[in-house]
Amino acid sequence: MDYQEIVDYINRNFNELYSPDTGEEQAEFLRISPKDWKELAYFLRDDGNLVFDSMMCITGIDYGVEDENLGVAYNLHSMTHHHKFEVRIDVPKSKPMIPSVEKIWRIADWFEREVYDMYGITFEGHRDHRRILLPEDWEGFPLRKDYIFPETWHGIVVPKIKEEWE
Amino acid sequence: MGIETLTLDRSAIQGEEMVLNIGPQHPSTHGVLRLQVVTDGEIVTKITPYIGYLHRCFEKHCENVTYEQVIPFVDRCDYIASMNNNFGYAVAMEELMGIEVSEKVHYIRVIVAELNRIASHLLAIGTFGLDVGAFTPFLYCFRDRERILDLFELLCGARLLYNYIWVGGVSHDFPIGFVEKVYEFLDYFEPKIQEYNDLLTFNKIFIERTADVGVLPADVAISYGVSGPNLRGSGVKWDLRKNEPYSIYNKFDFDIPIGTGAMGTVGGCWDRYYVRIRELEESVKITRQALDQIPREGDVHAALPKKIRPPKGHVYSRTETPRGDLGFYIISDGKPKPFRLKLRSPAFTALSCINEIARGWMIADVIAILGSLDIVLGEIDR
Repeated sequence: MDYQEIVDYINRNFNELYSPDTGEEQAEFLRISPKDWKELAYFLRDDGNLVFDSMMCITGIDYGVEDENLGVAYNLHSMTHHHKFEVRIDVPKSKPMIPSVEKIWRIADWFEREVYDMYGITFEGHRDHRRILLPEDWEGFPLRKDYIFPETWHGIVVPKIKEEWE
Repeated sequence: MGIETLTLDRSAIQGEEMVLNIGPQHPSTHGVLRLQVVTDGEIVTKITPYIGYLHRCFEKHCENVTYEQVIPFVDRCDYIASMNNNFGYAVAMEELMGIEVSEKVHYIRVIVAELNRIASHLLAIGTFGLDVGAFTPFLYCFRDRERILDLFELLCGARLLYNYIWVGGVSHDFPIGFVEKVYEFLDYFEPKIQEYNDLLTFNKIFIERTADVGVLPADVAISYGVSGPNLRGSGVKWDLRKNEPYSIYNKFDFDIPIGTGAMGTVGGCWDRYYVRIRELEESVKITRQALDQIPREGDVHAALPKKIRPPKGHVYSRTETPRGDLGFYIISDGKPKPFRLKLRSPAFTALSCINEIARGWMIADVIAILGSLDIVLGEIDR
């Protein structure tokens, strides 16, 4: 199935209709709200016509300093039917909470930890919710656009970044 | 004495569990990785990998440099197979920008990528032998890998970090006599595969150490996002070069080797290892066909954009590296620097399943399982 067919198929099976996003150019993803995600995730994996058994990637996105939202993109793939799909969820920076799908696709375990590590998005229901790449006591979330680089870490002075190449 | 005195009280023999750290500095972790292993006697009951020791803020760096300057950073992620990483980034960027590269560039890319795949698998095979105690095959593998690195040095001056495949082309055309030299190497290399088989693959001790150990069932592998030779070792016939052909891989005739369980259960360490050996043969096959068909004329710089400014939009593209699916999620906002660049690394997903498959084995087997997954820490930590 191609992208449009998958969206139509999902809409036929859910009471609440999702509409594909058209705001962004060449956008081919379904934007949903966090509260629908868990139910939709089970449907995407278990429905016989979709069988998205493989989670290719989870990407955290900061839309910019002015924008009040953070986003997470889920890229799915079906090893059975060989089709792909992308789901995107936006959450406000003031309360970034998304239900975890770590039990549905096991790889989401580490991917969600990485998104938390870099963006500070909390995944509710994750059984091992820790930082993964950075030290446990790191402050701030580095991939946010408004991240301020620390001057020292445990007494080690971080060299200043030169503005231009010399 | 009644019979009840003879019943076994389990609490009397249940010893205390011991927490053991393997790494961060340990030769068998293939880099800077710490495995926190909980052991009950000699049996491993839980493994928690601690990663991030090599974290170099790859993704943050990418947001602060232009698209051209990302390529050397990509090299340094998977430093064993830099060509394949370059290739993956170039394919993603060309999809985002809609660039068509010439026939000759496609052939050059396939040749160098397959040569790098051979070099990478040689390292994987050699160090896997080393992990289970076979020292000699390692030296044989490095002898042949050296020849490929010499070829790359002739091609672009670098032996490990090439910065060779650019968006829209490659940095240099093949030097004079290079095609003949690659032919010469393939003629030299093909009989050597038999040598590895004699030395290591069908060695009785090696089979005893690896067959049936750390079995990764196919459905678990898919759920954990395991890809590449590790997935094929579990018997799943999945290769992006065949199933979602990018570049010109649909023009070549080659097989996808999968684990068959010839020495034990499908998906054991031996199967993962043997898939790599078989892939050496397939890569040789592809390289030969590419060398036969490569057009002699053509400008490799013709499609290089003057300034890389992709239109607004995003792309998720993936290619097959020696370790599996390398994915790039790139968001462009129309400026010369990436708005967001995410690298989905195949070794990251492969390592995440270690607790699942290595539980219940002994510590020596954990080392074998880790070796059979063929991880590169530069790519896991980015």
